[in-house]
Amino acid sequence: MTFEILPFLKSMLSVAGLSGYEASIRDVITPVWQELSDQTWVSSHGSLHAMCYGEGAEPRPKVMIAAHMDAIGLMVTGIEDGFLRITQVGGVDPRILPGQFVTVHGSQSGQTVELPGMVVMPPAHLLPKDGQKGPLPQKYLLVDTGLRAEEVEKLVRVGDVISFATEPRELSGDTLSGHTLDNRASVAATTFALDMLSRRKHLWDVIAVATSQEEVGGIGAMGSSFDIMPDFAIVIDVTFAKGPGGGDAVLFDMGKTITNTWGSCDHPALYEAMKATADEYEIPLARDFAPSGSGTDAYDVQIAQAGIPVVELGIPLRYMHTPVEVVSIKDVKRAGRLMAEFISNLPLDFMNTVRWE
Amino acid sequence: MTNKYSPEFGQEELDLLSRLSNALSVSGDEQEVREIVYAELQEFKDSMHTDAMGNVLVHREGSGPDRLRVLVDAHMDEVGMMLTREDGDGLFEFVVVGGIDPRQLVGKPVIVGRQHVPGVIGAKAIHLTTKEEREQVLKVNALRIDVGLGGSKMVEIGDRATFATTLQVLGPSLRGKALDDRLGVFNLIQLLKNAPDNIDLLAAFTVQEELGLRGAKVAAYHFNPDIGIAMDSTPANDLPHFDSEVNTTHNTKLDGGPAIYLMDGATIGDRRLIKWLSETAEAEGIPWQYRQPGKGGTDAGAIHKTRAGVPSVSVSVPQRYLHSPAGMVRIDDELNTLKLMHAALSRLDKSILKSQEN
Amino acid sequence: MKSDELLNVLQMLVETPGPSGSENLIRSKIEAEIRDHVDEVYTDALGNLIAKKGTKTEGGKRVMISSHVDEIGLMVTHVDDNGFARFIAIGGVSPFTCIGGRVVFMNGTHGVIGMERLDKDEQPSLAKLFIDTGATSKEDSKVGVGDVCGFERPFVTLGKRLVAKSMDDRAAATVAIQALKSIENTPNEIYFVFSVQEEVGLRGAITAAYGVDPEVGIAVDVTRTGDTPMGVKMEVALGKGPAIKVRDSSFIADPRVVNWMVDEAKAQGLPYQMEVLEAGGTDGAAIQRTRAGVPAGCLSIPCRYVHSPSEMVDVDDLQQSVSLLAGLLSKAITF
Repeated sequence: MTFEILPFLKSMLSVAGLSGYEASIRDVITPVWQELSDQTWVSSHGSLHAMCYGEGAEPRPKVMIAAHMDAIGLMVTGIEDGFLRITQVGGVDPRILPGQFVTVHGSQSGQTVELPGMVVMPPAHLLPKDGQKGPLPQKYLLVDTGLRAEEVEKLVRVGDVISFATEPRELSGDTLSGHTLDNRASVAATTFALDMLSRRKHLWDVIAVATSQEEVGGIGAMGSSFDIMPDFAIVIDVTFAKGPGGGDAVLFDMGKTITNTWGSCDHPALYEAMKATADEYEIPLARDFAPSGSGTDAYDVQIAQAGIPVVELGIPLRYMHTPVEVVSIKDVKRAGRLMAEFISNLPLDFMNTVRWE
Repeated sequence: MTNKYSPEFGQEELDLLSRLSNALSVSGDEQEVREIVYAELQEFKDSMHTDAMGNVLVHREGSGPDRLRVLVDAHMDEVGMMLTREDGDGLFEFVVVGGIDPRQLVGKPVIVGRQHVPGVIGAKAIHLTTKEEREQVLKVNALRIDVGLGGSKMVEIGDRATFATTLQVLGPSLRGKALDDRLGVFNLIQLLKNAPDNIDLLAAFTVQEELGLRGAKVAAYHFNPDIGIAMDSTPANDLPHFDSEVNTTHNTKLDGGPAIYLMDGATIGDRRLIKWLSETAEAEGIPWQYRQPGKGGTDAGAIHKTRAGVPSVSVSVPQRYLHSPAGMVRIDDELNTLKLMHAALSRLDKSILKSQEN
Repeated sequence: MKSDELLNVLQMLVETPGPSGSENLIRSKIEAEIRDHVDEVYTDALGNLIAKKGTKTEGGKRVMISSHVDEIGLMVTHVDDNGFARFIAIGGVSPFTCIGGRVVFMNGTHGVIGMERLDKDEQPSLAKLFIDTGATSKEDSKVGVGDVCGFERPFVTLGKRLVAKSMDDRAAATVAIQALKSIENTPNEIYFVFSVQEEVGLRGAITAAYGVDPEVGIAVDVTRTGDTPMGVKMEVALGKGPAIKVRDSSFIADPRVVNWMVDEAKAQGLPYQMEVLEAGGTDGAAIQRTRAGVPAGCLSIPCRYVHSPSEMVDVDDLQQSVSLLAGLLSKAITF
């Protein structure tokens, strides 16, 4: 099997897999990871684990690569005249919601049915005062499935999840837009790394983890780290690319660099080692400052059991947490390549160098 | 009635409406829809022309004596955007053409220019926004259309853009962009192809409705008709009241059938024509509703004031969420509108203008 | 008869004070109530009362059921020269439900809550409130810094509706106790945890879950409703059956647990409601995050006026919840 990153990434963007409901995305990743690893299994919270055994003598050290696969989205809180009231799963700016196309995951006689719908704004005169101008608070937004009320009552229940339905689209310059590029771009990069490692010698055991429930608090990563207890972990997630409305805080040019996080979750020795590998292979790697934590799985991985040293990589992405996130495929490949080079060069005694001075 | 016409909505109809709805035809550049209209109406090519503004005008003569000259109008344009300034690689500032609530723009995929180059309108990541920012509407001048790295070679300022929405069937409904007024264009094409012979059907596929009924003004002048009918789409604000009060200002309701106008911001409908339409609907068993008197306007606003005046009325397909990335209509309402228009035209004769109900 | 027993247990529990961190009294009452119905009962380092029932056999699982026995309350921060006691909240206490209220301290002292005058347009805040225990001076006061009190309100029945303070979460503890008593045979090893310090951040359940190391967990707690005039938008209503939590702001219930509960409710022909709670958390979140992660859910009892001294539940909802919980635990768990 030859692994092609763009079709794989697009296939991942075409399924839902909201936090807590990752089965659909896991089913897309599993067959690809099965090809590229020795063994896969699923954690109690639905994270996908893939083990690639190293060639070193036992007991071998192990490195975990964690990339979350869950998506932000919406959930049904009520049904009124066939319209659905909604809440969020993960953090969505309600200002992006009106007019978004969505898929409501309902059910009929035990089988899932996917109902296309859209988020709509009721006219002002139907709302209390705070809904009459300005951005509409989420509590006033509705989802319309185009179905008549009696049909909706049969197919949808409170608690059903609603995913964004925006199709992935290739923009110019080898960039891709779609929902949930946060963080399936990183799952693609991880897969790219596994593909490279499958043709390389590596002494260490490598366990790739597509984590669940990152967007609601690192739940999947927490359990997987506890379970696996790697010697150290690479956590890969997206970071903010320069772009419209990005503001001064945003530093990274999409398509030009990936990032290495420098902050409270990141072991300095691992940071330096990763930087050295990037320099050696001429992979642009910028420093992303996160003095109080980066808001990724790293936060929970670091404090599992007696603690795990972490290094974090970032792929710059525009318009994070909108259904039109944009990422450069070049950056995705860069991140995958850097991880593969780094891991295949790990000596068995590498952990001796991961020290506080 | 003789000449029974029972329209259906099969694959062929879905294909045509999809092409119409998916076309990029922002007011001022209606070429894509004009091409579809020309392609569909080849049988009328000798009696069809494009006027100075870009309206497509078709004169379909009937055959009986004493025929009324009836203008039926549908507009080809839609609300949209125009790129105005390049602001970095592949990023463009834009302005809105026609009335789009800026709240509908954020986070949407778009298409740009005749080549339909894909782009997106992004928004700042929620992680980087403050609570105060989230309480403010994102204004159009803060948004950019992003066509990707190197995209400045693909599009240029002056190009028009619209939402990248494709028509879809959702159970009993259709969801698509620009159904205001591509449904009217679709219906006018169907009426021409199945035209009753008792009238001269003067079909006007107009431009620039969204900028102030501008195309219809010159089209009506050209035809100088006996009566005028605008076929458009009107809001169905039939959503639930947040505190479960009765929604008294729904304008129209989905599943209520074609909406006959009494009065909007631009036109007071001709009483004789309103009666003719509602009586036809009753006689034919076609569900219908009044559009609640209110604001807004259709091409009838321009038509009825043309030359020495034209008795005019509007009939609309009720639609939710106009001027957003997608509107929603019921297929039944659409078919009933077409049915009503055909039945009404078929029973029309000059006597309608004799009664004095105004 | 069963109904009377449920009401008796409930009344006993709601009339016992036990704010977070001061659960001794309520723990001892529950221990006495359940001792004869379980295989083993012990108290862990944080004060959780843990009762084990059943032995794991073919198809069984190690299950943790958690209902918290603490309640919101107040703690004295200062007693002034005139004997008035200032306080802070233990858990989520609204000043609106304090004004004019009565409290009882763990040492039996009673008090009423008074308020300073407010400036024009000023909203009441806890800092403006004080407890008057009848003391005339600091020396005369029977309470001092660190003393803890709970709200005081008698238990009343209004037809099928039952009203008391601390229905959150004694109504749920009552459901757990009654379910525990009614389970006769089970392939599961069930740990009924009567957890402490839930109202200050699920703290008891965190350590209890680590200690029990369950394979699946269910919190039993109350949830708010959307069935009062101009209230919050929420589908859950009183009297329409147990609520099966899909999510709250602390966690997303494991879909397998949700379906397990729905299937059991359907099998028993019980009414049930799906719950999406947009504020509030439960012990389910603590169970879920334990060790390598545990599939967890929550059985919720619809409750109006949560965190007021007059929380209202429906007796049918309670009985159906007992039946649902007992049914879930009596059979093999197949996911």
